[in-house]
Amino acid sequence: MKSFDYARADSAEAAVADGGSEGTKFIAGGTNLLDLMKLQVETPARLIDISRLDLASVEATEAGGLSIGALVPNADLAAHEVVRRDYPVLSRALLAGASGQLRNKASTGGNLLQRTRCYYFYDTTSACNKRAPGSGCAAIGGFNRIMAVLGTSDQCIATHPSDMAVAMAALEATVVTLKADGDRRRIALADFHRLPGDTPHIETVLEPGELITHVELPPAPKGRQVYRKVRDRASYAFALVSIAGIVAVEDGRIASAALAFGGLAHKPWRDPAVEAALVGHTPGDAAFAVAADALLADARGFGSNDFKIPLARRTLIATLRELTA
Amino acid sequence: MSDVNSLTMDRPVEDSILNHTVQDVLGKPIDRVEGPLKVAGKATYSAEFGFDRLAHGFLVRAPQGAGRIEAIEADAAKAVPGVIDVIHDFDGFIRNAQQGGETEAPTMGVREVHYVGQPVAIVVAESFEAAREGAALVTVRMSAGDGDFGIEGREDEAEKPADGMIPAHSDAGDLDKAMADAAATVDAFWTTPSQNSAAIEPHVSIAEWQGDRLTVHGAYQMLSSDRQQLADALGLEEEQVRIVARYVGGGFGSKLGIAPECVAAAIAAKQLGRPVKTVMTRQQVFEATVRRSDTHQRLRLAADGDGRLTGIGHETIVSNLEGEDFFEPAGLATHFLYAGANRRVTHDIVRVNRTLSGSMRAPGEAVGMLALENAMDELAEALDIDPVELRRINEPEQDPSKDIPFSSRKLAECLDEGAAAFGWEQRNRTPGGLRDGDWLVGHGVAASARSNLLQPSRARVSVTPEGRAIVETDMTDIGTGSYTILGQIAAEMLGLPIEAVEVRLGDTDFPPAAGSGGSWGAGSSGSSVYLACEALRAKIAASFDAEADGLTLKDGHAIAGNRRVPLGELVGEGIEAEGAIEPGEMAEKVNQASYGAHFCEVHVHAVTGEVRVKRWTGVFAAGRILNEKTARSQCIGGIVFGIGTALTEELVHDERDGKCVNRDLAEYHVPVHADVPHMDIRFLVERDAAANPLMAKGIGELGISGAGAAIVNAIYNATGVRVRSYPVTLDKLIDGLPPV
Amino acid sequence: MHFTINGQSFDVEPDIRTSLLDLLREHVGLTGTKKGCDHGQCGACTVLVNGRRINSCLTLAVMHQDDEVTTIEGLGTPDDLHPLQAAFVRHDGFQCGYCTPGQICSAVGMLDEAAKGWPSHVSESLDDGALTDEEIRERMSGNLCRCSAYPNIVDAIREVADGARDERRVGEEAAA
Repeated sequence: MKSFDYARADSAEAAVADGGSEGTKFIAGGTNLLDLMKLQVETPARLIDISRLDLASVEATEAGGLSIGALVPNADLAAHEVVRRDYPVLSRALLAGASGQLRNKASTGGNLLQRTRCYYFYDTTSACNKRAPGSGCAAIGGFNRIMAVLGTSDQCIATHPSDMAVAMAALEATVVTLKADGDRRRIALADFHRLPGDTPHIETVLEPGELITHVELPPAPKGRQVYRKVRDRASYAFALVSIAGIVAVEDGRIASAALAFGGLAHKPWRDPAVEAALVGHTPGDAAFAVAADALLADARGFGSNDFKIPLARRTLIATLRELTA
Repeated sequence: MSDVNSLTMDRPVEDSILNHTVQDVLGKPIDRVEGPLKVAGKATYSAEFGFDRLAHGFLVRAPQGAGRIEAIEADAAKAVPGVIDVIHDFDGFIRNAQQGGETEAPTMGVREVHYVGQPVAIVVAESFEAAREGAALVTVRMSAGDGDFGIEGREDEAEKPADGMIPAHSDAGDLDKAMADAAATVDAFWTTPSQNSAAIEPHVSIAEWQGDRLTVHGAYQMLSSDRQQLADALGLEEEQVRIVARYVGGGFGSKLGIAPECVAAAIAAKQLGRPVKTVMTRQQVFEATVRRSDTHQRLRLAADGDGRLTGIGHETIVSNLEGEDFFEPAGLATHFLYAGANRRVTHDIVRVNRTLSGSMRAPGEAVGMLALENAMDELAEALDIDPVELRRINEPEQDPSKDIPFSSRKLAECLDEGAAAFGWEQRNRTPGGLRDGDWLVGHGVAASARSNLLQPSRARVSVTPEGRAIVETDMTDIGTGSYTILGQIAAEMLGLPIEAVEVRLGDTDFPPAAGSGGSWGAGSSGSSVYLACEALRAKIAASFDAEADGLTLKDGHAIAGNRRVPLGELVGEGIEAEGAIEPGEMAEKVNQASYGAHFCEVHVHAVTGEVRVKRWTGVFAAGRILNEKTARSQCIGGIVFGIGTALTEELVHDERDGKCVNRDLAEYHVPVHADVPHMDIRFLVERDAAANPLMAKGIGELGISGAGAAIVNAIYNATGVRVRSYPVTLDKLIDGLPPV
Repeated sequence: MHFTINGQSFDVEPDIRTSLLDLLREHVGLTGTKKGCDHGQCGACTVLVNGRRINSCLTLAVMHQDDEVTTIEGLGTPDDLHPLQAAFVRHDGFQCGYCTPGQICSAVGMLDEAAKGWPSHVSESLDDGALTDEEIRERMSGNLCRCSAYPNIVDAIREVADGARDERRVGEEAAA
């Protein structure tokens, strides 16, 4: 770990005023940042400690939704009465992630900013365009069991490791930020994370120094909510495939559907074609198969992750059955 | 100098004193004596000893898997505040860890690089943080060399190694003819991946010199041979080196021999004139200690129409570094587990530029019995014979390879008791035929066997005028329960409550013990304690004016006839004796092994192929059980290693450079709490007179042997999918699951 | 920097990069908390910060100057064990003992979470707080035990949880 200057911010405004300079990072829970700093995957020259800012509450919004402070720990969010009642897919996603200890420390904002678990990203002697732009991608042609099958580029096939973000994508959350100039910005979660393209090192649309202050959820959606995570051991492992699903059935037809996927792409994956294949149709294997075809039409495996394609298909169909049963 | 009571096991023990003692503490499920220290955080592990002017070392790794080091550029590292020096010694550093029990240094010299992660230098600093930063700034400049990074496609390059724990090759009869003539056969290939012991305590050494004498506080399993290895590596006499390991945070084979951090710390400490502590990072433990070899196994079984085996073939290819003799002896149990006249068991090595391969819990059986016990399941199906019955049919009268008797063998009894306890008869016999909601339900069985070994071991026991006993030996307790069972043996032999016995372990200043490895620790070190106590009993009898075999020792008193005297009054200013056990002819004249039977229920998700182990019955016979509680824990621990082997554990090497890809505990998946069900563990009463005077056999590696095979047999029963490539991750099942 | 650990004050000046774990082990002599992976992947370093269990390896010491840190040494001593410590000994909830302080601190935090009614991944309903063995296993899955004392750890926690529940019930009945 490289040494750094450490400062504690007294307010969000002070944090962003200070946060835009080269090499500066905010630290809250620190569970991912310190992990990466120890390996010098991250080498900030300056840490601004935002962990004591007043951003740790969950409140109702005027629109009937929920505003979640960026510093609300994952554990508290999962256990929050309103989240459990109105947004169970979010509780379930959070509870499927990490461990009790990590959930107690990891923050809402930090969870969105988690970096990939790609093995080669974590080893500073491997080629990795995300860690060292231009160095190549060792995962392509290497061992890529946990890598992406959707939205990849020839520069990067990493996945986003969050469970929480997948549920938030299905819930159509909005990320609220404070920029260095004091302006607030509202970013749809769907637009928040980027695909790798030619710039896999740029993972979100945040500007330098821009601070996530809240995540807002719209009013509770209609229908049933399910989070299904498939992983390599029964607990404490990242998703191979995960699905956050919210589906409402009215009069024997699917009235609305929101489906987001983890473990498949560089960002929580949503595809309007999947939902279009469902809405208006009678719930059943015929429609589910069309939805799965839509999801995986452009899927591409890289060898050791080829299995994710049939796994995603099977898991989606089973999850849709559960959502519409 | 105390008396030494020696015994070489040339003949069976006629009558163990333990058959007559009355303290009634041996075998009892008493709590671990060191338990309160461990649960209170007061047991001191090797990294936790403080020293004045202690400096922190951090190893620097070779970034490529083959080539020669041209330069180690350390200026940037040396400029880091707090960094004291960057030290490398191309001839003096060890290339890789040593195997267990070796008495010489491991392969020396690090200028030639043989695997990614080979430690080539050490940064020493005033703080851990500075050392770590410095290590990241060292540039290891290499000229690239040619390396071979995997077995795949290179099977024909395999060479026959020197004989190891077993002969590399052995042949009897005509296996090909047996296969051709058989009513039913199995002939298939299995693969198992590299694995890592992943003890939760990382490897660590603190090296401190006093003049030309070196003391290492190191996380090691076999201190007396570790001391010889380290002395040889540093060009010292054995007497100049002391190794201390009061508590070891797990080993499972990975801490049998000295590892690179030990020699690096010693060289750095000498050069700087300060004690140096070097703790490996978890990534370094994966890259630069020891792995279990990957294996390619061909297993052939030939049987007649009644299920009697006529031939067994077990041909294994393993991998290791150039110049390393160790091969994973996958065919170890195949030599004696089942009858059959025509046998072929071979092992060959492919040379690779990968981390050293060596012993990990139950080297041989842990992966060899996967193929063997899966093949038995396949044969049972081919013959339409119950797999329990098939094993019973093939119980050999004596060791079928060596034509020598078994010392004791209760495999059939283990299978019978296990089948009854588990409810084996009620299982569904049609693969894929039992479903509980989304889950396919299956049941599996496998036999367990682990060779029993005795190693030379010594211990000193003294009795004080206060009537307390002190046991001293350089035996280690790596979680095996040594502190407790050695205390129980001494307490039983001397008629003392367990509280009156103090056991001191883990210091080469004490008499040299067998160390913790190969499941021989309890039998070997326990026998040395027994023998020391036997000598003490004679002294006590003499001082009590009684015949040794007319003497009863109980609750701190000596009793003979109608006399009862406190023990302390019979020892003057204190008495002591040493016990020394040596292996002898019993190792050759009889086949000694522990046995068991695994029965398990697994659920396989019909959509995703996720596997959950839901129920387990394990029945074991391992001679005298020294402590029912710690023995049960050992069996559970072994079985959980089997769960990991069957389902999740795979140390992946990049085929392009041999690098350990998933070199952390997030991606090398050892089982977690949620992967492990409640377990029903049972022991059969058994005494093995050929093993040692305790009549006890090894148990630490018995649980893992066969366990993974039981799971994979159950997966077949659940799904109808035979997977012969371990671990059985869901991607290997998904194509064979019912369509959704 | 100033720290409050197990109710005791400590003033030390470690490197700014020092993790809470290394502060405990290298600077204040509390080596009961263990380093197994240093990356939040094993749980051996679990301590309680303001009563909540966290991985002390993945947080900077400097960020905890206003907190109450409780380590294994603060729960009980060999002569006066915390009920969970005693239950771990009785049920042989460890072998090598290296992950054990983390398991026990984690169990203390976990039982508190369960008592608050927090659900887990395996909870049938998000409002169901019954602490079954399956619940204990899931909630403790952040603590690896390579010796694999898992079933015994579950038994130890089960015993203490049931005892606490019985005590609570007696207390509630008395209050009623």
